[in-house]
Amino acid sequence: MLKQNNKNKVIETVIHIVFLLLGLVAVGFVLLITVYLIISGIPAIRQIGLFDFLFGTKWASTNAEPEFGILPFILTSVYGTAGAILLGVPVGFLTAVYLSKAAPPKVKSIMETAVSLLAGIPSVVYGLVGMMVLVPLIRNVFHVPDGASLLAAIIVLAIMILPSIIKVSITALDAVPAEYEDASLALGATPIETYFRVSVPAAKSGIAAAVVLGVGRAIGEAMAVMMVAGNVANMPSLFQSVRFLTTAVASEMSYSSGLQRQALFSIALVLFLFIMLINAVLNLLLKRGGDQ
Amino acid sequence: MNQKISGKRKAYIALMRGLMWLAAALCCALVLFLICYVLLKGLPNITWELLSTKPSYLSNTIGILPDILNTLYIVIASLIVVLPLGVGAAVYLTEYAQNKKVVGVIEYAAETLSGIPSIIYGLVGMLFFCQFLNMGTSLLAGALTLVIMNLPTVIRTTQESLKTVPQSYREGAFGLGAGKWHVIRTVVLPGSIDGIITGCILSIGRILGESAALLFTAGFAHALNGFFDGITSAGATLTVALYVYAKEQGEFEVAFAIAAILMILTFLINLAAALVGKHLKRRNGA
Repeated sequence: MLKQNNKNKVIETVIHIVFLLLGLVAVGFVLLITVYLIISGIPAIRQIGLFDFLFGTKWASTNAEPEFGILPFILTSVYGTAGAILLGVPVGFLTAVYLSKAAPPKVKSIMETAVSLLAGIPSVVYGLVGMMVLVPLIRNVFHVPDGASLLAAIIVLAIMILPSIIKVSITALDAVPAEYEDASLALGATPIETYFRVSVPAAKSGIAAAVVLGVGRAIGEAMAVMMVAGNVANMPSLFQSVRFLTTAVASEMSYSSGLQRQALFSIALVLFLFIMLINAVLNLLLKRGGDQ
Repeated sequence: MNQKISGKRKAYIALMRGLMWLAAALCCALVLFLICYVLLKGLPNITWELLSTKPSYLSNTIGILPDILNTLYIVIASLIVVLPLGVGAAVYLTEYAQNKKVVGVIEYAAETLSGIPSIIYGLVGMLFFCQFLNMGTSLLAGALTLVIMNLPTVIRTTQESLKTVPQSYREGAFGLGAGKWHVIRTVVLPGSIDGIITGCILSIGRILGESAALLFTAGFAHALNGFFDGITSAGATLTVALYVYAKEQGEFEVAFAIAAILMILTFLINLAAALVGKHLKRRNGA
């Protein structure tokens, strides 16, 4: 009997350790990604010089005397993301308020299904529709030679971040205690005033988290942007063909070699640092929302 | 009562209500337009020949059977690896872990993973699986890259449903003298099967839609292979094929046909996830 117990204990301990290891796999993957990006990203930065790399305004990786300045990519990513947020957040936020507070239950459930469908559509499909609809539209409306531009990318990104903004905002708005709203209504505020002056401020950290999540999505998107932004390493301008941090990596990776290839890894490292920063902000916001 | 509301307030209310409706209508119109446009453009181009052949330069025809099979292979291979990893991690987090710090670190890692853009997964997958582990550009390397991407999803959904297994079940089983592993195997895991299935469905959705992470790890060949040959050689999934046909070859009819297929699959996956979710809710309510 005693022996049996000992044997069981050993088995339990082994299984405990197996599960611990499975749990640590995720940590291992994060370390793997971080270490690989740093190891492969540092050499090119050291060779080119941190300042020249980050603030150089010219990217000419295949020239006889190549230049590796990624400021155009950084600025394009920042402008593109800011533009997408500027367009996408008001629409997504107002839709979320409507769905969470004002919409009849049937409308809410249909729209929520539609929004999750929007979230599930592959990015290449967005890219394809953008290529076939948006790019010609921009060319005709603004009379520019090529519609593949920063503006097209901004619009596509704005649409792509809508579902995450709507979903996270709805979750935050649904969690506002009904007592707050009842109190406001009892004091004579109309429903609309209550939604925007009571519910929204009460859910503000959740809504802020939705915005930050949108920033992360927009800055990390590659394929859809690659199909509509034109992919030339210009400094960003609304109607010009531009290249984002993500597309800079994707467009040259297949044929790159030597320093050019290493510089692409350095771009990925810069992108990774951006994402880490955004994640940290997101965590902070969510934690603050949880404490309230 | 109404007379007490000043003109300024009335204007504010009308403005906000108008904006709210406008935004919601815009979202609706957008979804409708996307679905209709893609289906109208794509469905007429889906032919039996397209679905059942591989691209041929001789007869100058395009078929997407290899891409469909590659997608299937990648889904199967990823799920086989990610399920044990993700479910195991979730079991550890909810059943075993006593140290809050360890739980915090693992959960933080999972959150970090879900925020990393797919292009970075593609790069690291290329460096680690294709080059360091010498797998070359292959579906296997692509599938393993997607395992890392989908790990957080499986962990989260499993964890959520593990938490819904009533504590009294565990206590009852312990009280009857069962060991921890026995309880997990016979009581806890069967009770959380819905969550595991949801994790599966969501992962399949992400794998179907993924392209940037596969471009450099799985490549874009269109060869027709069986599972074991296919998994070790390069191949394009449907999304990657769409990208190549649209961007590099200008074959927009094929691209739209693939887009329509992807759209329908996305719809089916959402439907399945919603059904499982409803089932889960009903069971918890009962």
